[in-house]
Amino acid sequence: MSNAIMDPNPTDWNGQIMQKRIARRYAAERRFKVMGFLAVGLSTLFLAFLLFTMLGQGLRGFQRTEIAVDFDFPALTSGTTAASISGPNADAALNSMDVPGIVELAIAQQYGDISEGLLTTGAAGNVRQMLMDDPELVAAKQRLWLPVDSRLDVAFKRAGEPAAERTIAALAQKDALRTGFNWTFLTGADATDPSAVGIWAAFKGSLMTMAITLMLAFPVGVLAALYLEEYATKNKLTDMIEVSINNLAAVPSIIFGLLGLAVFLSLFGMPRSSALVGGLTLALMTMPVIVIAGRNAVKSVPPSIREAALGIGASPVQVVFHHVLPLALPGILTGTIIGMARALGETAPLLMIGMRAFIPAAPEGFTDATTALPVQIYLWSDEVNQGFVEKTSAAIIVLLIFLLGMNALAIYLRNRFETRW
Amino acid sequence: MVKFMTGTALLFLVLGLGLIGWIAGRARAAAFVRSAKGGPRGTVNSLPYYHGWFVAICALAPALFFMFIWQSISPSLVTDMVLSAPAAADLPQDGFARAAVLSEARAIAQGFQTAAFQAESEKLVPLYKSALAYYKWIGVAATLLLLFAGGAYAFTRIKPDFRARSKVERVVMFGLLVASLIAILTTLGIFASLIFESWRFFSMVSPFEFLFGTEWNPKSVVTPGADNGYGAIPLFWGTIFIGAIIAMIVAIPLGLMSAIFLTQYASLTVRKWMKPILEILAGVPTVVYGYFAALTVAPAVRDLAVMLGVSNAASDNALAAGIVMGIMIIPLVSSMSDDSIAAVPNAMRDGSLAMGATKSETIKQVLLPAALPGVVGGVLLAVSRAIGETMIVVMAAGYTANLTANPFATITTVTVQIVALLTGDQDFGSPHTLAAFALGLALFVTTFLLNYVALRVVKKYREAYE
Repeated sequence: MSNAIMDPNPTDWNGQIMQKRIARRYAAERRFKVMGFLAVGLSTLFLAFLLFTMLGQGLRGFQRTEIAVDFDFPALTSGTTAASISGPNADAALNSMDVPGIVELAIAQQYGDISEGLLTTGAAGNVRQMLMDDPELVAAKQRLWLPVDSRLDVAFKRAGEPAAERTIAALAQKDALRTGFNWTFLTGADATDPSAVGIWAAFKGSLMTMAITLMLAFPVGVLAALYLEEYATKNKLTDMIEVSINNLAAVPSIIFGLLGLAVFLSLFGMPRSSALVGGLTLALMTMPVIVIAGRNAVKSVPPSIREAALGIGASPVQVVFHHVLPLALPGILTGTIIGMARALGETAPLLMIGMRAFIPAAPEGFTDATTALPVQIYLWSDEVNQGFVEKTSAAIIVLLIFLLGMNALAIYLRNRFETRW
Repeated sequence: MVKFMTGTALLFLVLGLGLIGWIAGRARAAAFVRSAKGGPRGTVNSLPYYHGWFVAICALAPALFFMFIWQSISPSLVTDMVLSAPAAADLPQDGFARAAVLSEARAIAQGFQTAAFQAESEKLVPLYKSALAYYKWIGVAATLLLLFAGGAYAFTRIKPDFRARSKVERVVMFGLLVASLIAILTTLGIFASLIFESWRFFSMVSPFEFLFGTEWNPKSVVTPGADNGYGAIPLFWGTIFIGAIIAMIVAIPLGLMSAIFLTQYASLTVRKWMKPILEILAGVPTVVYGYFAALTVAPAVRDLAVMLGVSNAASDNALAAGIVMGIMIIPLVSSMSDDSIAAVPNAMRDGSLAMGATKSETIKQVLLPAALPGVVGGVLLAVSRAIGETMIVVMAAGYTANLTANPFATITTVTVQIVALLTGDQDFGSPHTLAAFALGLALFVTTFLLNYVALRVVKKYREAYE
């Protein structure tokens, strides 16, 4: 060590070389920090870009362009009275009235040569509904606002085809156009004309699928978590269960779709594209998520609770069901909601079991053919018609609102009820 | 409809009777407690509601089990009865036509279908109706009989010293075990169905062609021994190129640097806010990413390629799908890196800082090498996630198999082809459908191995510092 002390040329820490070297090291430090900042910034920017793109395109999907149509009902319906289309026989009376023909006639009288293809396919249905709601309309001349065809809708909102643009210009001159809220989008089902589509059918299908998923995955997941965490002894079977669950949690979702196709549809012969099969398939996918979350929640309940309960004479089953489970429930629910949110956004397994058909009505039962919201988004995204772009984005907004809501609920539950031991 | 209605009605009836059994059992046990007669030791062994559960379980378990069994065997009993009738003698001998007639007659008898397309099935409808009704009544009667027998047996067993609790708890434990076994059953189900269908596929198409062939252009009719266009190499390459190369080039730097910044540099407030925001990226459904990739990113990438002078850039290029997939993976890489950096003992970092190293030098030369196994494990999990991802590639990447390393070209993946092969009304036994299962098997085995290795690496590394 004496060598170091005797060194004739000690390091000059304040010399130019050393200062330069330190400056270089500090610069590298700053660069590294900026890189980290950029990485976080870029990821956030991308998320913001995605959300703004969807909002920018999708908000238009909640609006529709309406055209004024004057109905001279007494002349058109040859004197049908309000009384005859109200009451219990209203349905039959309206059917015999030929509403589509009346609408066609009215619009031809008013707009003449440009009347061809002005209205969307569902417009006659809208008029029928208006008459159903208020039979008094039929007694006099009325000006009704009806949704226009998708080509014109696109042309009015942004730029469309030249022919549609010309029609729009002509109509705008007559002051016959306005923008209204698109109720059909929230209450309707799939249709060929984008201005007549709605998400209710797909949404109801999603809800029914989720109901089946929750009913199956939640009890099974919780019971399995309790068994593995509280009762299972370390043996081959337990190891196999654990490996299976960890593996299932990481299996690509499309594989569950193949399982559903081979087992539920082909082997058991369950009804194709039904909410029942969709729910079963997604339940198998969600169950491991709930088991893993449930095990963590059960594990975090301190042993002193169990010992105290055992000490006052509770049986092992009573300890778990009366004490451990209620205390672990907030954590289990948080995991369940997150798993359900994942299942709600899942598309690929549902495509495998045939939920990709064109379904123009909301499902009535669990065995009816149905579609689900994410699948509907996928189907609309494949359409060539320009009018579907905004509908797809609007459906995405609805889906994202639900997913964010579910995740926010999970975070709230965690913060509100989770006990730190 | 009719069939399901009665099934549901019967189920509710059985459950309702079970509830009555519960109430009756509980009331009877409660009467013991009130009358204070007590058992031999002067007390009632179990709380009243355990007696209630005992009665309900004894009544419901056999009845529900029988309903389940009956649901699966009664269709074949009905068919046998119809076939044994004289009117069924002149059915077509050919198995396929025969099955079509039978299923149509059945559908009409059950009210699923209103009119017959085949004349023969019209005759069988009344036969089916009577057979269905006959076996339905047998089923209902047997279910109710079992229910009452079980309930009555349990009800007579209720005595003050009867150990209802231990009996009920044994059933509960059995239920817990069964719930856990469902995971194994699911894994076995996946494995069995994939293997079985792949086996059928490989009996038509040689496994060598599938694994080593370079031409993917599946024919719907295959000839044994010849080249049928089922060479999956282009698909495997496309999957690796998009999921394991392009996506990882995006996800690893961004995810790792985000984790480093958030754990080492950011203030507590920034960390508290930014972490959940990054997590949102993982919560966005893949169909949304796919739509975004197809609508916004892909055209931008193609314009960029044209600007760079690549003339044959496709609108469904591999780069767009890969980039968006990488962004989806960022939170996964980030949180795995976060965990493994946090697991490095503080003494190592403190030692490095005390020696005069700057923060970045400490991270690059001490923390990252120490955390490397965990980061690698995280990347392997991310790759497994990326190659199994379906919607992004279905919507943004193409359907044409292409063995190229040009990121602006159309490249297809395993998952895209699974979806494409199963689209449309195909017979379940056709080579197209079966090929989808073979591809699924390849995907399942690959992701399983990746996950297994990843978890082993992470676990081993954690143990090293504990």
